[in-house]
Amino acid sequence: MLKLVGFSLLVLFSSERPATVEGVYDYYKYHPMSEIGVWMVQMKEDHPDLVTRVEYGTTYEKRTISLLKIGLKTNAIKKIAWMDCGIHASEWIAPAFCQYFVNQILQSYKTDAKIRRMMENLDFYVTPVLNVDGYIYSWKDSTTRLWRKNRKPGPSTGCYGTDLDLNFDANWGNLGASFNCSSDTFCGTNPESESEVKAVADLVRKQRGNFLCFLSIQSFGQLILFPYGDPNDTVPNYNELMKVGQDAAEAIKKVHGQNYTVGSFPNVLYPDSGSIRDWARMQGIRFSYTFKLRDKGTFQLPEDQIQPACEEAYRGALRVITHAHDQIYGGGAAATAATLWTLLLAAGVTLM
Amino acid sequence: MGPKSVVVLAAFLTAAIGPRAGSEVNEGRASALEDAAERAMAARQLNPHHYEARRAAQVVPLYLNTRHGSPFRLFGLQTVHAATVEDVGDSGRRYQLEMSVQEIITETTEKCSAEVFFPGEGKQPSPPQVKVSPLTELLRVDAKAEEEALYQRYRTKDPPLSAQYLPDSHGRLDPDMKPFWHLCIVASSFVMLSESTEGTLYNMAQVASITQLPTENEQLKFDGLVLLHDMVSQEIPRWKLLFTWSPAGGVTVLQMEQQPRCPHC
Repeated sequence: MLKLVGFSLLVLFSSERPATVEGVYDYYKYHPMSEIGVWMVQMKEDHPDLVTRVEYGTTYEKRTISLLKIGLKTNAIKKIAWMDCGIHASEWIAPAFCQYFVNQILQSYKTDAKIRRMMENLDFYVTPVLNVDGYIYSWKDSTTRLWRKNRKPGPSTGCYGTDLDLNFDANWGNLGASFNCSSDTFCGTNPESESEVKAVADLVRKQRGNFLCFLSIQSFGQLILFPYGDPNDTVPNYNELMKVGQDAAEAIKKVHGQNYTVGSFPNVLYPDSGSIRDWARMQGIRFSYTFKLRDKGTFQLPEDQIQPACEEAYRGALRVITHAHDQIYGGGAAATAATLWTLLLAAGVTLM
Repeated sequence: MGPKSVVVLAAFLTAAIGPRAGSEVNEGRASALEDAAERAMAARQLNPHHYEARRAAQVVPLYLNTRHGSPFRLFGLQTVHAATVEDVGDSGRRYQLEMSVQEIITETTEKCSAEVFFPGEGKQPSPPQVKVSPLTELLRVDAKAEEEALYQRYRTKDPPLSAQYLPDSHGRLDPDMKPFWHLCIVASSFVMLSESTEGTLYNMAQVASITQLPTENEQLKFDGLVLLHDMVSQEIPRWKLLFTWSPAGGVTVLQMEQQPRCPHC
């Protein structure tokens, strides 16, 4: 019996094994939108028990906005961990990370008890590319690579695009935003004037109360930022967001030694408004962060840095999601102890 | 006891004792110490991770690039350890920084103290003024051999250098082009330094193009179009730069001209 318990303990306390990359999809190269679309379909086909593709909106140029809903399928209403990537077209490392994240949790599901438990309790909603039109445009040629906004024509002739992260209905237009359509910080004509933003807002509103955490993955800067964009408006759970953010930064640093700075958006960068992170927080989603990934100076992160950037960001994102999950469902230790006692009792009962 | 405390203590002692009668030198010293003490007390402590300290600190490696940068020597900000800011009457604000600067290519890091003075809103915008404590480690970084080799190779280059989009959209940079990417960062630093305010955070996003012109007065000469990025406004200002470089002469910018915004870029 002791041997059985020993083996069980080994299984229960084994560290997460690194996920292997199966198949031919290269997670360490940048992929154009067409390939990402195919990949999303493939993920669903490879993991039909865990993955659903959800189309939840349309871009200005009439393209579909979709997410992968990942979790053990049940009839129960599950809590949701949200992740969006590619809200800004030029931040290519973000969609790369979303794809990496999806692959990682799907690979870890069989071997990692913690990931499995999270997949049982909640659904991950991952949008690999939110600003589809902008992302495609940034792939057009060398001159368009640094495009940031979406591609909807502005109110005046010849100017295009709204910064989607300034268009949410959260103190819209008041800080860090321009009403000049030519500006890279044009916040749109009205809150939610952009269909990409409305798609997110409509989906979240329909399931408000179910969202556990909200991560918007962006670049660059190596920053973990939380609400609110108004320096005079302190979020009620400031200390908690700071603490969890710092835990995430520590987890990141352990991977490849990189420093990520943690703080409220206006303290670290500048005041802003209309952000997805502020809006999510205002919906009552307590854990709402903007992650700005590698590096510290460019949007064109070299491809040989995709792997380390994703590996460290994975640990950081997981730290936030795990914390939010454990607050509701209890931590791994409690679950492990419960399972252990169950096993011991079962073993004891068998012997009798 | 730190230097500021010594100054404060000295100021109080001097004020208490009073200047020696008839001694102009001592009176001068006493009031200078009092001024320093007042300044020390007026300086506001800043969070080194927050935007005020970050923006001021970012200016320091730009300054170092203009003075000591080369295709094989480039400076960047590593960490801000401590920062204070104070108003200097109506003329502007002065930041005192304790920071670590890095020579990016060799990844050598060195701690230093720096002072960045941002002039206030005057009739004409004016660049910040920077003072840095002597950097021994970083300036000891020896790139003379590589610099000389590059210089000789391109002094009579035929055809002359011509390149576009460094790095490319995928972040790729030909190893042969890397020194010119560094060179453009150095040349851009002159612009970024002159454009820096308390409301900006600059870096060079990309070299749109670099063309070599005939060597003049033993200096390699280049015409470049660079894309800068300001984190605060998220704008991508485009600048045309005419600049020279040699191992002995360093980088000199002859002309800098902002280009109109590219509407489709």
